[in-house]
Amino acid sequence: MSGPAPVSWRRLRALCLKESLQIVRDPSSILIAFVLPILLLIIFGYGINLDASRIRVGVLSDDRGPEATRFVAALGASPVLETHLARARGELDHALAAGDIRGYVVLQSDFGARLARPDATAPVQVITDGSEPNTASFVAAYIQGVWSTWLAERAADRGRGFAPPVDVIARSWFNPAALSRNFIVPGSIALIMTIIGALLTSLVIAREWERGTMEALLSTAVTRTELLLSKVLPYYALGMVSMLLCLTVAVWVFGVPFRGSLALLLIYTTLFLGSALGLGLLLSTVLRNQFNAAQAALNAAFLPATMLSGFVFEIASMPAPVRAVTYLIPARYFISSLQTLFQAGFVGRILLDDFLFLTASAAFFLGLSALRTRRRLD
Amino acid sequence: MSVAVELTRVTHRFPGVEAPALDDVSASVPAGVITGLVGPDGAGKTTLMRLMAGLLKASAGTIRSLGLDPIGEGAQLRARLGYMPQKFGLYEDLTVGENLELYADLRDITGEARSASFARLLAFTKLRPFTSRPAGKLSGGMKQKLGLACVLLGNPELLLLDEPSVGVDPISRRELWRMVNELAAGGMPVVWSTSYLDEAERCPHILLMSGGKLLYAGAPQELTGRMSGRSVQIGSISGNRRTLLQRALNAAEVMDGVIQGSRIRLVLRDAAWAPDLAALDAGPEAWLRPAEPRLEDAFIDILGGGPGGESELARLMTPVVLPEARRAAVIEAVNLTKRFGDFVAAAGVGFRVPQGEIFGLLGPNGAGKSTTFRMVCGLLPPSGGHASVLGIDLRTHAAAARQRLGYMAQKFSLYGNLTVEQNLRFFAGAYGLSGARQAAKIAEMLETFALTPHRAAPADELALGFKQRLALACALMHDPAVLFLDEPTSGVDPVTRREFWTHINGLVQKGVTVMVTTHFMDEAEYCDRIGLVNRGRLIATGTPDELKQAAGRDGHEAATMEEAFIALIERSGGEDEGRAVA
Repeated sequence: MSGPAPVSWRRLRALCLKESLQIVRDPSSILIAFVLPILLLIIFGYGINLDASRIRVGVLSDDRGPEATRFVAALGASPVLETHLARARGELDHALAAGDIRGYVVLQSDFGARLARPDATAPVQVITDGSEPNTASFVAAYIQGVWSTWLAERAADRGRGFAPPVDVIARSWFNPAALSRNFIVPGSIALIMTIIGALLTSLVIAREWERGTMEALLSTAVTRTELLLSKVLPYYALGMVSMLLCLTVAVWVFGVPFRGSLALLLIYTTLFLGSALGLGLLLSTVLRNQFNAAQAALNAAFLPATMLSGFVFEIASMPAPVRAVTYLIPARYFISSLQTLFQAGFVGRILLDDFLFLTASAAFFLGLSALRTRRRLD
Repeated sequence: MSVAVELTRVTHRFPGVEAPALDDVSASVPAGVITGLVGPDGAGKTTLMRLMAGLLKASAGTIRSLGLDPIGEGAQLRARLGYMPQKFGLYEDLTVGENLELYADLRDITGEARSASFARLLAFTKLRPFTSRPAGKLSGGMKQKLGLACVLLGNPELLLLDEPSVGVDPISRRELWRMVNELAAGGMPVVWSTSYLDEAERCPHILLMSGGKLLYAGAPQELTGRMSGRSVQIGSISGNRRTLLQRALNAAEVMDGVIQGSRIRLVLRDAAWAPDLAALDAGPEAWLRPAEPRLEDAFIDILGGGPGGESELARLMTPVVLPEARRAAVIEAVNLTKRFGDFVAAAGVGFRVPQGEIFGLLGPNGAGKSTTFRMVCGLLPPSGGHASVLGIDLRTHAAAARQRLGYMAQKFSLYGNLTVEQNLRFFAGAYGLSGARQAAKIAEMLETFALTPHRAAPADELALGFKQRLALACALMHDPAVLFLDEPTSGVDPVTRREFWTHINGLVQKGVTVMVTTHFMDEAEYCDRIGLVNRGRLIATGTPDELKQAAGRDGHEAATMEEAFIALIERSGGEDEGRAVA
């Protein structure tokens, strides 16, 4: 028996056309591919801001001396801190618990006296609100900064050089202004690609099962390869268009710099869409029910892409077992390559690792869903 | 007669299901005629058809479709096969033309052959004016024709149609039948699966199935021939025809019986054993004459006869007593109108149902039958006019009215993963029964419907007949005075349907008022009066006999309810093809 050709271009073209017409006529696909990305970018770009500005902190000084007064004034002069003077510690604890202040500084009554000693060490107690670790570390760092600057200026005033044992000058490379937007927008592009790739496609095969059209297709000469390609290609195209839209919005609206090459961006997006589409198709092929497939896609693709990809939570600060799991999340590598392409331009070693993993995962998911696509109903 | 499909000892099991879906079926499908694959839901019709199409692999046995192994030689078979699944396999957001183009490409039809096929099929199905309309906005009948056109594109050598007439009204059904008959006459083997026995009767060859087993293969006439002389009709009855039917069903010589308008129709256990009209107390004028045997008679005979005439439920039930003034209009609809946007689903519908009457709503799909039904039982607020049950206005006091009415939805609407007892308890609670009253009522229902042995079984695992009993029990928990039944018996085997109507007849005699929607024309004969709905309007009301008379021409009444239905709808201007089906 001579097997039929695995792909007839006429059939494939007809199936792709059908799929595209369905995408265009289904308002929810357009919503997910074009409106949702813009919304997400706006929410992530403007809404989530990891930079702190004008943080409210309390100050309690038990020392009425001139040194303490000058330091309190220096704190108040900082552009990032808004200080509230207090008379008693209880007051500050209360305000901290209520969330009115993000931290406080306590100067003990012997502050001036200890500074006057030759070894000049005076303790400054800083209490921060650990329930928001990010802000807490900002508060600590800012107060530390004010303290060092104040010490240096004080030494200069007295005509003495101040030489701290180590001089730390922090400079943020790749994101010189340390804007979290530059970091979040590429991440949210990865999230959007996940939604288009996995969530949207998880619905399409299941929908054909539910509406009985799959049975009709399977009774024609359509081959497995045609069936798969006809689902992958239109949604791949949709994902690419959506990615270009995101890029445009990111660069022109949010002013996020794009330092890498467009060709590389297209290649990496292709690879990532490969795994997302593969996963989405696999789920809808196996589950054959739109509701279940969407639930599964949410849990298998969207949540890991949000939580375990380094997009929101830093991977380095995760417990070891969770960190191990992140190595299996394709979004982790895609976000890493997006951040590289956007902020650094080109870092060969990172991009090579990402490339290898993304290729492997695309091959894995697409292969598995090809394997599970049957020409029969059982 | 050459053979198109040959089945040899075919058995199919689905994983995790104990009973086989198909049990040792051997049969053949001849070429050149329509073969009816007949049986109630769950008989194994769809499974058998999917096996023939190579969409499933049989657990055991061999199948040859057009001489090919459907699995091993699937590619060759598919090139020569036309298979229309249930729901027609159409893409609803694609237009009629786009659906045709898609299937033409999938079947590799190009060039002149393509334009010729389109021209031929659009003329054949009369769909040409609608080529740019989305398939989802077509009526049931038009969807069905489009589905058929898509399947016929490749000039298939074997046509498999899975329940093509479900959700399609009698007019479109007749049209499709004409089209498929034409194809079969041209030599194409056709398999047509259906749960309607009257439809099967028109097939030259049938495969009658039940519970995965093949009960009969051959011409339906041969099967009905066996029943010759055993079907009789009793007319000019004085007194209540329902009690007469009950008495007749209890007589030893009667195997089965139904109400047909003002008459009753009986099937006897033996042709020589006629019932005594005097003993049945049919009245002085009553006559008994032979009736044409039907396939359904034969099916019930094979299944071992219909149920008896007594309804245990009705026997135990306390009669419904209503004040004199209420009795004339237990259900009343006045000028009911429903608009969805600028679409008028029902316009100026009005009727009255007196106590103890069965009132049936009939009409094509999308005619406004369900909309009217829902407004009358308080599930849908009308845009104009009003409906009342027992004098309680449904718009202002829907909750109070619902307390007095029982509702049985399509497909039974039970909680599949709750047990029989939990379902009963839930519905009892929903109707406000609690404590000892609830316990007593549940015990009574379990007893009455013989559900006690199944009390701990999940509703999903019940046989269809028991599911139906449970659904009825749930709807009757609160002894309602009015019962609403929405397509209560679709897909159910005839014996189970008989049992259902025995209960309903019993309830009606106790003073319960019943409103029912149905697709089965012979079920419409059980009704005291019928309201025929078309294009959102009530176009005719009357007893089944009156409607048949009204539909008749030249002094001859229409022979069947179906003919009457078609004639009256056509006379009112035909089915509205412009209406979308909800």
